[in-house]
Amino acid sequence: MNGVHDMGGMHGMGPIAPEPDEPVFHHHWEKRVLALALATGFLRRWNIDMGRYTIEQMPPAEYLRATYYEKWLYRTERLLVERGLLTAGELASGRPDGRPPGARALPPGDVQAALRGRRAARMDDHLKAPTFKAGDRVRTRNVHPRHHTRLPRYARGKVGVIDRDHGVFILPDEHATSGTKVPSHCYAVRFEGRELWGPDAGPRDAIYIDLFDEYLEPA
Amino acid sequence: MDTARVSWYQWTRSTKEDRVSGHDHDHDHEPGVHGAPLTDTQLRVRALESLLVDKGLVDPAALDTLIDTYETKVGPRNGARVVAKAWVDPAFKQRLLADSTEAIAELGYIGRQGEDMVVLENTPKVHNMVVCTLCSCYPWPVLGLPPVWYKSAPYRSRAVIDPRGVLREFGVQIGDDVEVRVWDSTAELRYLVLPERPAGTDGMSEDALAALVTRDAMIGVAKVKGPRG
Repeated sequence: MNGVHDMGGMHGMGPIAPEPDEPVFHHHWEKRVLALALATGFLRRWNIDMGRYTIEQMPPAEYLRATYYEKWLYRTERLLVERGLLTAGELASGRPDGRPPGARALPPGDVQAALRGRRAARMDDHLKAPTFKAGDRVRTRNVHPRHHTRLPRYARGKVGVIDRDHGVFILPDEHATSGTKVPSHCYAVRFEGRELWGPDAGPRDAIYIDLFDEYLEPA
Repeated sequence: MDTARVSWYQWTRSTKEDRVSGHDHDHDHEPGVHGAPLTDTQLRVRALESLLVDKGLVDPAALDTLIDTYETKVGPRNGARVVAKAWVDPAFKQRLLADSTEAIAELGYIGRQGEDMVVLENTPKVHNMVVCTLCSCYPWPVLGLPPVWYKSAPYRSRAVIDPRGVLREFGVQIGDDVEVRVWDSTAELRYLVLPERPAGTDGMSEDALAALVTRDAMIGVAKVKGPRG
């Protein structure tokens, strides 16, 4: 979706302002949100792409105003309600309505193993043959899907070169909606700065973007 | 749109006007310890946690483990150990660049948001930096949770269109003869920059070298300074 989350190349967002000696958390509630988000993720009622897509659907003004952990809170509350694990009434009142819970918490003893899992979005290489190889010239599709995609707006309809084939991964677009794991090769694609931004870009600037087969055509 | 979602939107709208939007400065205290009224966000988080615990959907001990892991155990010191080892051990560096995930796993740094790692080597001719323009993807097992600036609109918007300007803002001047490569983490690969080893560090131990390596250098928005700065 052409959302406000897709920020690459926007102007007017102000200075970067790094904070010296920044703490891991700025507020007590941020820790709780991190933990609640991860722990409810362990219930496996949604995947990471659904989580990202949920945040992308925040009203744009809210998205821009919200801090990182406020976005996480929004995502967690909304997915819990959409998946039927909580009701909006329960969220508003803070009190259980007596329905049986639709899932069981991950036991504390299993948390470290869950965090240290080494398999996430990668799929077996034999599931799909690559469409491109390193050195191939490609053009990104000029598409504007209304759903979740990881082809940024600033890189649509642009010509680049395949830098490397990372292997087969879950295509995020379909995964974010139906949950279906469509195998797709993911490539690091190199774009010259001037291809993306025109003559004002530095002549020795290059942008590498991880893109899937479905986003690319031969150039 | 189902009724639950409509109710949910109505609920968020009804509380929005009262919102303090998280820019309150309760710092790291338990909410309300100084008698200050709880913000809307604090109330929402507290209500959500007690509800989920009451329903058996989360376990309080699991929450504590999760917080402790990311507050005290996983952080940029992990990445610094990877970098220092690569500086002193050529065979490790070769493995690190050839199969980053496996080489980093040799040091025990594996798992969530680092399942598939790519290490990018900075050289006198190439400077790499990492961004996530679409959200805030970041290599947790080696760098911990991302700093606020990395997750914020100014960095996410400008890193790809004006990388040298962004680097100048971080105090880094890159020569015109040096190529700048910006890596936008749009998929599930996670990137770690292997910074250049600074001059004046010959003979330093791996531990002493690791102490020089900063988080920002491993994102690619800083260079590593030698022991005399």
